[in-house]
Amino acid sequence: MTDLTQLYQQVILDHARERSGAGTLLAPVPRPAGFGSSHQVNPTCGDEITVEAGPGADLAREHRWEGAGCSISMASASVASELLTEHGPQRFREEVIPAFRALMDSRGRGEPDEDLLEDAAAFHGVSRFPGRIKCALLAWVAFEDALAQTDTEKE
Amino acid sequence: MDSLETARVRGDFPLLERTVGGHRLAYLDSGATAQKPTCVIDAEQDFLTRSNAAVHRGAHTLAVEATEVFEASREAVARFVGADTDEIVWTKNATEALNLVAYGFANASAGLGGADAARFRVGPGETIVVTEMEHHANLVPWQQLAARTGARLRWLPLTDDGRLDLSDLDAIVDESTAVLAFTHVSNVLGTINDAARLVDRARQVGALTVLDACQSAAHLPLDLHALDVDFAAFSGHKMLGPTGIGALYGRKELLDALPPVLTGGSMITTVTLEETQFLPAPQRFEAGTQPVAQIVGLAAAVDYLAETGMETVAAHEAAIGEALLAGVRAVPGMRVLGPLDASLRIGTVSFDVEGVHAHDVGQFLDARGVAARVGHHCAQPLHRRYGITASTRVSSAIYTDEQDVEQFLAALAEVRAFFGVAA
Repeated sequence: MTDLTQLYQQVILDHARERSGAGTLLAPVPRPAGFGSSHQVNPTCGDEITVEAGPGADLAREHRWEGAGCSISMASASVASELLTEHGPQRFREEVIPAFRALMDSRGRGEPDEDLLEDAAAFHGVSRFPGRIKCALLAWVAFEDALAQTDTEKE
Repeated sequence: MDSLETARVRGDFPLLERTVGGHRLAYLDSGATAQKPTCVIDAEQDFLTRSNAAVHRGAHTLAVEATEVFEASREAVARFVGADTDEIVWTKNATEALNLVAYGFANASAGLGGADAARFRVGPGETIVVTEMEHHANLVPWQQLAARTGARLRWLPLTDDGRLDLSDLDAIVDESTAVLAFTHVSNVLGTINDAARLVDRARQVGALTVLDACQSAAHLPLDLHALDVDFAAFSGHKMLGPTGIGALYGRKELLDALPPVLTGGSMITTVTLEETQFLPAPQRFEAGTQPVAQIVGLAAAVDYLAETGMETVAAHEAAIGEALLAGVRAVPGMRVLGPLDASLRIGTVSFDVEGVHAHDVGQFLDARGVAARVGHHCAQPLHRRYGITASTRVSSAIYTDEQDVEQFLAALAEVRAFFGVAA
């Protein structure tokens, strides 16, 4: 069972239950320029997530997400949300996202930067399970995509 | 089969001896793909070692031998499913077989195949009927046919307990219906459908029937002539055979009239620069070099199943299925999909674990050596019907034993506690 507890560290199980940043989406109509919204689906398991942020990079620290999926994908969205709130969109995009991606690519050999990644460092064990890396990255792809859309200048 | 007999059968499947993470392997994913008996592995190897050559071309000894074993394999598989030999077309898999029929209709609708193919023409004003429980392989090709021709797609809905709701059958399958495509057995629910009733209704309105027989060919006695369907598809790897080989069954007169999809070498009689005459079925659908070793392997698989007898296989899996169904229902927090009456299904049980996502369930089971399938099982509309996106499925085969069931149920009983949702 050692492997399983490396994958499902307590901090991950906690985030999967108490999800930071999760809530009803704003989905404004019409959608203002610079409003980021990204819907991502994992076609192999049907997990999905929508992340909303903005409009504009200044407001992107305030964001919402809504999703349905396994504990890895939901916990991953929760920690991404916390890190975005804490670091703000610029540092989140420039440092946190690349660090998390590098951790997921490490096949269990990477040393997570715990000061930067905080609870996301607990996903270290996930990188040893090739079948679950997509679960962990689903939310991050959505955050990255939604935040990129907030770059659009207001008309 | 008694436990001694099951132990003997398991001895024929070398993979079952391996361990997973230090645990005995409980392989409960035969619905996705079955493990292979030694005779299948040997048949492929023997062919490649001794007889390999291109079939239906060449005059040398090896080519003749290879062609003989290729056609003898077709005969064995045809006999196994209750078809005539020239009613079996080799395909890559069941998906390709179903697409071959749907694209054949599309080609006919575009005017190919002349007067003989007129019966396959569909267009606006005609309907194609499927069911809400179809695997995507027997749904998406029909959506594509509808999109290409302007025909409308309809479906037979499901009941809350996982059976086809046939209360509006006569309204859904009506005079406008050109094709009724349905699965014999649901790959998720395990439900065995009333094929006779569906075929009767299709016959009344002159619709052609297409049967997805993937889950029945592997687990139940199958007699396609007795079922009286027009087309049927099944895959080799689900019935103990190799991957990369499946088959399309079609009534001979229909196969000879259906326009081919893949065209090229080995499917022609006369080719000029302007036009081509095609061979009769089955060769007209078998363009290009065929996967002969896999075909020989599939013939060994059906011989193996026939030796035990599909009645015996079905009875064994029914007993396993009953134990799986009762066992899952006895664990708190489980919601079983499909009929609760085990006699309505094959030995396949899908379920939702309250508070735990299927992917997490599968991961936990894997850590105990239990191989189960998680996800939507290529049946998203079915899962949507039951308000979920994914489920966990355990499925049996000829080699599944009571220990597999016990190992799975013991692990399942701990899942909710591990994820902190046990009451």
